[in-house]
Amino acid sequence: MIAAPIHIAGERLMLDPAGVLHWPARRLLCVADLHFEKGSALATRGRLLPPYDTRETIARLLPLLRRYGPRHIVFLGDSFHDAEGSARMAEPDRTALLAAFAGIEVTWVAGNHDPTPPAGLPGAAVEELRDGPLVFRHIPQPRATGEIAGHLHPRATAPTRAGGVARPCFVSDGRRVLMPAFGAYTGGLDAGDPAIATLFPRGGRAFLIGSERLYSFPLAPRRASLPKDLTSFGSGQAELPLSVTARLRNG
Amino acid sequence: MRTLPEPFAGWFAGRGWTPRPHQLALLDAAARGEHVLLLAPTGGGKTLAGFLPSLVDLAGTPRDGLHTLYISPLKALAVDIARNLTAPAAEMGLPITIETRTGDTPVNRRQRQRERPPNLLLTTPESLTLLLSLPDAPEMFAGLSAIVVDEAHALAGTKRGDQLALCMSRLGMLAPAARRVGLSATVAHPDLLRAWISPTAKADDVRLIQTKGGAAPVFDLQLPEGRLPWGGHMGLASAPEIYRRIEAARVTIVFVNTRAQAELIFAALWRLNEAALPIAMHHGSLEIGLRRKVEAAMAEGRLRGVVATASLDLGIDWGDVDQVIQVGAPKGVSRLLQRVGRANHRMDEPSRAVLVPANRFEVVECVAATEAVEAGDLDGEPPRPGGLDVLAQHVLAMACSAPFRSDDLYAEVTRAGPYAALTRRDFDDVVGFVEDGGYALAAYDRFRRLFRDAEGFLHIRGQAAARQLRMNLGTIVEQPLLKVRLRGGGVLGEVEEYFVSTLEPGDCFLFGGQVLRYERLDPAAIIVSRGGEGEPRVPVYGGSRMPLTTYLASRVRAILHDPRRWKHLPEPVKEWLRLQRLKSELPPRDGLLVETFPRGGKWFLVAYTFEGKLAHQTLGMLVTKRMERLGMGPLGYVGTDYVLAIWSAFEPKDVAALFTEDILGDEMEEWLAESSMLRRTFRNIATIAGLIEKTHPGAEKSGRQMTMNSDLIYDVLRRHQPDHILLRATRAEAAQGLTDIARIATLLARVQGRIRHRALKQVSPLAVPALIEEGREWVAGGAEDALLAEAAALVEDATDGAEHFAETLAEVTESVPVRGTSVARAKSRDRRRGGRYIRSTPKMVSGR
Repeated sequence: MIAAPIHIAGERLMLDPAGVLHWPARRLLCVADLHFEKGSALATRGRLLPPYDTRETIARLLPLLRRYGPRHIVFLGDSFHDAEGSARMAEPDRTALLAAFAGIEVTWVAGNHDPTPPAGLPGAAVEELRDGPLVFRHIPQPRATGEIAGHLHPRATAPTRAGGVARPCFVSDGRRVLMPAFGAYTGGLDAGDPAIATLFPRGGRAFLIGSERLYSFPLAPRRASLPKDLTSFGSGQAELPLSVTARLRNG
Repeated sequence: MRTLPEPFAGWFAGRGWTPRPHQLALLDAAARGEHVLLLAPTGGGKTLAGFLPSLVDLAGTPRDGLHTLYISPLKALAVDIARNLTAPAAEMGLPITIETRTGDTPVNRRQRQRERPPNLLLTTPESLTLLLSLPDAPEMFAGLSAIVVDEAHALAGTKRGDQLALCMSRLGMLAPAARRVGLSATVAHPDLLRAWISPTAKADDVRLIQTKGGAAPVFDLQLPEGRLPWGGHMGLASAPEIYRRIEAARVTIVFVNTRAQAELIFAALWRLNEAALPIAMHHGSLEIGLRRKVEAAMAEGRLRGVVATASLDLGIDWGDVDQVIQVGAPKGVSRLLQRVGRANHRMDEPSRAVLVPANRFEVVECVAATEAVEAGDLDGEPPRPGGLDVLAQHVLAMACSAPFRSDDLYAEVTRAGPYAALTRRDFDDVVGFVEDGGYALAAYDRFRRLFRDAEGFLHIRGQAAARQLRMNLGTIVEQPLLKVRLRGGGVLGEVEEYFVSTLEPGDCFLFGGQVLRYERLDPAAIIVSRGGEGEPRVPVYGGSRMPLTTYLASRVRAILHDPRRWKHLPEPVKEWLRLQRLKSELPPRDGLLVETFPRGGKWFLVAYTFEGKLAHQTLGMLVTKRMERLGMGPLGYVGTDYVLAIWSAFEPKDVAALFTEDILGDEMEEWLAESSMLRRTFRNIATIAGLIEKTHPGAEKSGRQMTMNSDLIYDVLRRHQPDHILLRATRAEAAQGLTDIARIATLLARVQGRIRHRALKQVSPLAVPALIEEGREWVAGGAEDALLAEAAALVEDATDGAEHFAETLAEVTESVPVRGTSVARAKSRDRRRGGRYIRSTPKMVSGR
């Protein structure tokens, strides 16, 4: 596993291919959108999905805690799929989490799925967490800088010679980082969806999650802001090739 | 010999008809209360034969209530048959009520049908399941006298067939006296079809009535003028000849193999259509109203030609079709006969058909198919055992109708042909799955759908499960589809979501015979306008190509191998084969010819295996894994129906080591677990079984799409409960889907010690078609990471930091073909022969 460094608001952060973010200066590990107990939440509505999602999510989390040995772990909201989720958590799962949290400061950032702090688990519940130049919150705010957010479950499709390969991804433009969802049953939203694209008006990079490392792809800038960007590219550069203008309409 | 009673005899005589022997034979069988399977070619008055005993019975003793249930695979067919029966019934003044019941039946009529069912009810397997899931099913079906299943050959062996077999088993409980009548085209395995229709799952309990077809069909082989193409499957080169043949006949059906081909052939014909002949198109993606219009125009004789896919294989009798043209290889003998039977729907005259092969191999295949028809041979896979996912849906449907005891339901289910061999363990696990998910971790006790009472009856809990069932009923899992809507106009049809994701606004594509310009994506539809510039693309639909049947493949091989059998082949094909004999050698009958040669800085290996496209795809995967292990650096492969071609970085020397039987061991296991085929199978199974909800086109598009796909569930379940019933069902079904594995095993066993390796200096004549074949698989197919790495690195190299130029550079070098490649893109690739296997800069991760 090779984590990739990225600089946000002057801080060096590591994007881990497991889908988590590490801030070495603070020994802080940030994990977004675990959606614990999503399986049982759907079961209450008659969809009996395999009840192993919480167990699986924890199993993916534990080696990361061992590897990074963080002082502080920040769950970036939607840690539980619903407000009653923590009450439904199976005892062995809760015990495993309690053991893993020993000696670690735990912060539960509130999410739209879990506005209240989880019952029976240690840690502080906050609306958002500010630390130095960075702010950790669940729902990204327009025009924010130094922001680490979740909520949107970004996912992108990279064209390869054998067709598109879709993976969850980090998205960043150097000002903010949008985190991929970590939970075993969390789906994805295409990074081109307006909900994500509007956060990155000048385009950005998608870091697709691979099994050992991240794969970086440029993300197209927003259509509306294209002309401005192109002028800036044009100045000082050679003339724009004609084909660029031809492609412009497509963004 | 029995004669017809009045008023039937008079009615037949009034039209100058005499009852056919099989129609009388069915009357006899009905009088004896026998179950019957009738095999007759199209146009034999089959459907009337099926209904005649019921009509005679009802004419003699009129009564209220349901008498005969007719089930057809097509809604349209049920509607058409109802029309065709109502007219004569009225003419004879029969006191018989006839109605249809399909998904389109309005609610008030459904309600009335439940209270006062018609004598003859015409329906589909899905609607029947729904009726049987209702609590009043026992009353509705108690007096049933006959069950008539039309086009039984098209249902048996499919999941819809499994569903229908289970429903018939239930009807056997509700109305034990009901006779069963199966109507079918001639098939290769009549006994298996008898067992499918049988109330005891035993073939012996069903009488077989077979009519010998009249005159043998007459075939013409039509080659394009000029050069005979090496590759391609569209047959566009022959468009002028097809047009001339349409002009010369009264009414022609032009059958093609895929929807994309239908669009292209249709467009080509209209470009040539100076006489403005009324030529239409019919395929499964066109809006249903458009299809009905085409069918109506056809029935009224207003069309001279219709370009059609399998959507016209079954069903409605067009009457006046006097010519069938098959463009592209027929792929199977039974399929060809079925299609040819659409012409001249009268048994005593020969059907006339024209075969239009698209390339050289297809010429051989066409000749092989016509020889098989002459020899009276048929092909077709035998029906497979019933799916556990279908059973899960059925168990829930039966629970909705009434509480049941497991023992009773097990006995009932195993009386259905496809489930005769179902083990009690599998049955119990399926019931367990319906009950509470069937998980080892008893987490969902509180959410169970079924509960057991003290006497062991299983009851449904609450109405939610019943609602869920009705939403998810049916066994057809569609690819996510999007409607195609004209701006400010109506819906034209549907395309696969995947195809849309490869479009950009302004791109144009061919659909329903017109060039459409893609404007934008609405929540439920893509908005298009007419017209547009540039080469239009053609939507491609997944899994639409039929693989070559084993039987036909072996006939093709036999012809190639033996120059004495070349006499029916046209001269260019003979020349091609002679050239092959000169430059390399002809593929042997039993051994295996493998050629290797260098080309464009790579090494190619071509194996003449003739096992069909699916088997070759699997074999390609296994052989390249072995090559990887031996350090040959395999890069990619392509499987056609005839050969497997692999390209690699290093020269493959010890070829025999690649085709040993043990490649089915380790490589196989490793690949299977991760394969996308297994994931796809799981998705279908989980949907049919009701674990994940069916997507209802349009409905799920509102709001943001945060799709949790079935892959996530598959991964979690595989890790935590690998023997879960749905995973067992997935593996079982995949193993059948890979019938090909059996084919590969047989092949490898057969060729051991008989592999003929020819190391050539250059490509051989027979290898050319494979090298220009679409649909290559890349070795990295399983290792997506390698592809991502390559693509990411290429972006870096090409953009040199200036990210926003990535797209431009991609344009300048080469665009990356996305799956569902368009014809336009294929062409642009063809121009770059030299670098054709090297892909360059990807486009940006685009907005969609």
